[in-house]
Amino acid sequence: MRIGVVTFPGTLDDRDAARAVEYAGAEAVSLWHGSDDLKHVDAVVLPGGFSYGDYLRCGAISAKAPIMKSIVVAAEHGFPVLGICNGFQVLAEAHLLPGALTRNADLHFLCTDQTLKIENNKTLWTSGFDAGQEIVIPMKNMEGNFNCDDATLHELESEGRVIARYVGANPNGSRAAIAGITNKRGNVVGLMPHPEHAIDLLTGPSKDGLTFFTSVLNAMVK
Amino acid sequence: MPKIIVEVMLKPEILDPQGQAVAAALPRLGFTFAQSVRQGKRFEIEVVGEPTPAMLADVERAAEEFLANTVIESFVVKVEE
Repeated sequence: MRIGVVTFPGTLDDRDAARAVEYAGAEAVSLWHGSDDLKHVDAVVLPGGFSYGDYLRCGAISAKAPIMKSIVVAAEHGFPVLGICNGFQVLAEAHLLPGALTRNADLHFLCTDQTLKIENNKTLWTSGFDAGQEIVIPMKNMEGNFNCDDATLHELESEGRVIARYVGANPNGSRAAIAGITNKRGNVVGLMPHPEHAIDLLTGPSKDGLTFFTSVLNAMVK
Repeated sequence: MPKIIVEVMLKPEILDPQGQAVAAALPRLGFTFAQSVRQGKRFEIEVVGEPTPAMLADVERAAEEFLANTVIESFVVKVEE
């Protein structure tokens, strides 16, 4: 199984994402923002960072990149996509996920090990978790404050599309303490904290993050 | 040269912590006039020739699809001589 990791100008976490893919037992394939070639990968990760220096809005310019045109078309047909942090912002800007990520409510850049509760373990990227499982993975962002209108929030909640929520004090003002969401089909997932940094106790607070990558692997092999 | 201006603001219901921080700093500098501050963006677009209705329609579309994120922002398009 081949999982693509997209690099935009200003992406930071593509190496760690590729490493997480390999830890999970898949082949990591580098994808370049300026090409529309998905290189026959079976799934794709949009990693974190500051693509295009967060110019205009976080993820806004990346969302229009040639690779995203291919990803949007593929995602609409069930292709698995995980957007982490800036990748989540790109997915929201590309309208693959609803809502928007705005400035943290207290204007602080967050850098912390964050406890999350997995709310939906039916998506391609979360199927390896137990429902309600609590995990600890790093979080580092300036624009992680998930915003949407009441109708969208109601839709997300009633369809079980909140995949993870912050546990404890709301770190960034996100509506309903939302840390991650999925699309209707469950193939596209956006998550503000960083599972790719929590795959080995040598470098992360836990190995909880690896389950996102093994989940998609197991889902695709089935 | 004529310019087309696109002004983008966060919708009123969206929290603007940057505007709040500016509002909090003004009194510290002795400026006591501000009840609240909202911070936005302004795009100045130099165009070739006189803006036509078709060009303005294109700018509206660019603002809708790219310059603003209408999930959280609203925009206005105007012409400046």
